[in-house]
Amino acid sequence: MSTTSPLEKAGATTGNWLDERVGASKVVKGFSRKIFPDHWSFMLGEVALYSFVILLLSGTFLTFWFVPSAGETTYTGPYAPLAGQHVSEAFNSTLHLSFEVRGGLLMRQIHHWAALVFVVSIIVHMFRIFFTGAFRKPRELNWVIGMLLAILALIEGFLGYSMIDDLLSGNGLRIAQAIVLGIPVVGSYVSFFLFGGEFPGEAFVPRFFVLHVLLIPAIMLMLITIHLILVVVHKHTQYPGPGRTNNNVVGFPLFPIYTAKAGGFFFIVFGVIALMGALFQINPVWIYGPYDPSPIGAGAQPDFYMGFLDGAVRIMPGFVEFEIFGHTVSPNIFIPTLVVPGLMVTPALLYPWIEQWITGDKREHHLLDRPRNAPTRTALGVMAITLYVLLWISGGNDIVATHLHLSINDITYFMRVGVFVLPALAYVITKRICIGLQRKDREKVLHGRETGRVFRTEEGEVFELHAPLSAHDRWLLVGFDAPEPAQALSATDAAGVRRPGGRLEKLRQKISKFYFEDRVAPVTPAELASAHHHGDHEEVTAGEGSKPAVGSGH
Amino acid sequence: MSALAARRRHPLATALIVVLGLLVTGVAYAAVMPSTADASTSTASADDIEEGRKLFLANCSTCHGIDAEGRNEAPSLIGVGAASVDFQVGTGRMPLAMSGPQAPEAPVRLSDEQTSQLSAYVASLGAGPAIPSEEAIDPAQGDVSKGAMVFRTNCAMCHNAAGSRGALTRGKFAPPLTDVEPKYIYEAMVTGPQSMPVFPDQTITPDQKRDVIAFLSTINEAPDPGGMSLGRLGPVTEGLVAWVLGLTVLIGFAVWLGAKSS
Repeated sequence: MSTTSPLEKAGATTGNWLDERVGASKVVKGFSRKIFPDHWSFMLGEVALYSFVILLLSGTFLTFWFVPSAGETTYTGPYAPLAGQHVSEAFNSTLHLSFEVRGGLLMRQIHHWAALVFVVSIIVHMFRIFFTGAFRKPRELNWVIGMLLAILALIEGFLGYSMIDDLLSGNGLRIAQAIVLGIPVVGSYVSFFLFGGEFPGEAFVPRFFVLHVLLIPAIMLMLITIHLILVVVHKHTQYPGPGRTNNNVVGFPLFPIYTAKAGGFFFIVFGVIALMGALFQINPVWIYGPYDPSPIGAGAQPDFYMGFLDGAVRIMPGFVEFEIFGHTVSPNIFIPTLVVPGLMVTPALLYPWIEQWITGDKREHHLLDRPRNAPTRTALGVMAITLYVLLWISGGNDIVATHLHLSINDITYFMRVGVFVLPALAYVITKRICIGLQRKDREKVLHGRETGRVFRTEEGEVFELHAPLSAHDRWLLVGFDAPEPAQALSATDAAGVRRPGGRLEKLRQKISKFYFEDRVAPVTPAELASAHHHGDHEEVTAGEGSKPAVGSGH
Repeated sequence: MSALAARRRHPLATALIVVLGLLVTGVAYAAVMPSTADASTSTASADDIEEGRKLFLANCSTCHGIDAEGRNEAPSLIGVGAASVDFQVGTGRMPLAMSGPQAPEAPVRLSDEQTSQLSAYVASLGAGPAIPSEEAIDPAQGDVSKGAMVFRTNCAMCHNAAGSRGALTRGKFAPPLTDVEPKYIYEAMVTGPQSMPVFPDQTITPDQKRDVIAFLSTINEAPDPGGMSLGRLGPVTEGLVAWVLGLTVLIGFAVWLGAKSS
C-alpha cells in the first residue's frame, strides 16, 4: 500500500507530538520490548495488583456517600429491623449506600470481595516467591517491600471494615483496643491517644477514614510502584529449562503479547470479583446492627486475614495475667497479639539475608528453584504456613465446633499443643517428601522413565523397560545447586590466633548443617555416563529375547 | 400501751419482731412482685391429666423418676410448667434417646394431643409457665425494630446476630433460630431449656418477647439483598469463599493464560 490510511496518519501525528515533548518513543521502545516469561504462577502478583486497582475504583465510589462521622442520628431508611434506632452517621450512610443508592450495595460488595482477593493473592504470590527462591539476590529488597505491602494490606482492611461502626467490627475494634492496652507501661496512654479519649469515643471514625482512604493507600501505591520498577530493573525470574540461563530471559515481549494478556487478565479479575460481589453477600452490616459496646454476637470473627491473631488470643491460656505494684500486666493479650506476630513476621522479613548468610552465596539468581531442590527452605515454608493455618482455624473455633459437632474446649486444648507439634511434623514430612522427590528425579535421570511395559525372560526374570529421558527433560532434573554443609573452620588461624567471629561462624556451621545435611546431589555427567553404559547393556539383553523391540531413544 | 411497754424487754420480744418483720416483708414482696406462676391457667380436664400421667410413666419416668422429682442428670419437673413440656416434647428434644452434651432437636415422638396431655399432667404437679396464647406470639403484632434491639442485647451473644447458631462450652450449642415456630421461641425464653437462661417477664416483658418473635420472623423471611447468604455466619465463610472459590477460579484463568502461547 502506497497510501497511508487516515488512522495510521493520526497515530503517527500523535506519536510524533508526544515524542517531541516527553520523549515517549524511548520509553515505549524500552518497555514494549521488555521480555516476560510465561507461567501461571507469575500472574499471582498481577491478581493482587488488579484487585488493588479495583479497590481504588470501587472505594472512590463509596466515598461519595460514606459519612465519616460517629455523630449520632436516627435511622429512618427502609430496613425495618433498624427503624427508629440510634445509629452513627457512618453506619447510617453505609445503610443508605446499601439500600437506597443505585448499585451501592454491589459496589460495597465488590470493594469487600476485592479486599479479600487482594490479600489472598498477596499471600499466594508470597508463597510462590518463597518456594521458588525468587527472593534471593538481587531481589531481597523487593521481598521486604512485598512483606510491608502485605502488612499494610491487613491494617488497611481492618481500618476499612471498622469505620462502618457496625456491631461486628465494633467488637473487633474493642479487641484491637485491648491489644493496645496490653502493651506494658504505655498501653493505656497509647489507647487514649489513638481513640482521642476513652474507648470508643467519636474520634476513631474520621481518623480511620483518613488513614483508610488517604494515608495507607498512598503509601501502598508508592510501594507498589517501587515494587514494579524493581521487577523491571531486575528483569523477571524464570523457571529453569533448556536455553534459559541466569543471564537471559526467555519469553515474550510486553508489546503486543503481554499488553494483551495482562490487559485481558485485568478484565478477567475484575469480572470474577464483580461476579462475587453480585452473587455472594458479604459483611451484611444491617444484620449485625449498629455498634454499642455492651452487646456482642456469637461467631464474632475478624476478616480472614486477621483471623490468625484472633486465633492466637483464643487459644492463649488466661492464667498468665498477673499484678505487680498495683498494676495489671496482661501477657495473655500481649504475647498472642504482639509477640507471636512479631516472631512470625521478623524472620520472614529477614529471610533472604538469613539464607544468604548460611549458604554464603552472594551470586545473583535469576533462575528459580524447584521447591523440592531446596528441601529445608520448602519445609520451613510449609512449617510457617501450617502454624498460620492452625492459628487461623483457632480463630474460627466456634464455627468449627458448631458445624463439625465438636467441643470448643477440645479444639482449644488440641490447638494449644498442636501449634507446637504440627508445624514441626509438617517440617519433617515436607522435607522427607522433597528428598523423596529428588531421589525419584535422580533415579529417573540415571535409569530413564518407567514405560509401564513389563517383560519376563525365559529364565523367569521379570523387569520393566525404562526409556531414557530426552535431553530437554533431563536438563530440568539435573540443573540445580545442592549446597553442602559449611565446612568447619578451626577456631584459630594458622598463626594460632583466635579467629574473629569464631562463635558466630560456629552458629553458621550448625545452621548450615541443619539446612544441607540431608541432601541429594544432582546427577553428574560421569554418573550419567556409567549408568547409561549399564542401561545399554540391559536393553541389549532385553533385545535378545523374542519381545518387541523397544526404542531406546539413543 | 403500758402492758406492751412493760413486756418490751421480754426474752421473746426480739423473736416476735423478727417473725413480724419477715411476715411483712414476705407479704409485701408477694404483693409487689408479679408472680411468674400465675400463667398456669389450667383448663385441662382430669382425664387429660390422667392420660398425661400414663404417658409420663411410659416415656419420662425412667430418668425423671416416677414422682417427677428428678434423678441424677434429669431435673425435677415439678413447677417447670406446661410451656417447658410443650417445648421439649414438641421439638422432639424429649424423650431423650441418648445422653450427650445437650438434647438436640429431633423428630417429634408424641402426637400433639399426647403432648398436651403430658403438659397438663406436668402442669398439675406444680405451677409453672403456661403455653402462650396465640396473641402473645403473633409476629404481626410485634415491633420488629424493638425486637432487634432486645435480640441484639440478650440473644445474639449465643445465637449469633442473625440467629444462625453459636458454640457454647464442651460441645453444647445455641441452636439456629432460622426455622423455629414462634410458640417455641416464646416457651424457650420463659423456661430456659438446656443451657439457655430463663428470661422471665421482669427481664423481657411479654410484649418484648413478641417483638423478638417479630424480628426473627422478619429476618428469616427477608431475602438477602446481597446475594447468597453464605449461612449468615460472618467472615469465616466469606474468607472460605475468597480462598476456595475466588482463588481457584483466578488460578484457573491464570493457568489458561499461561498455557495459551507457550
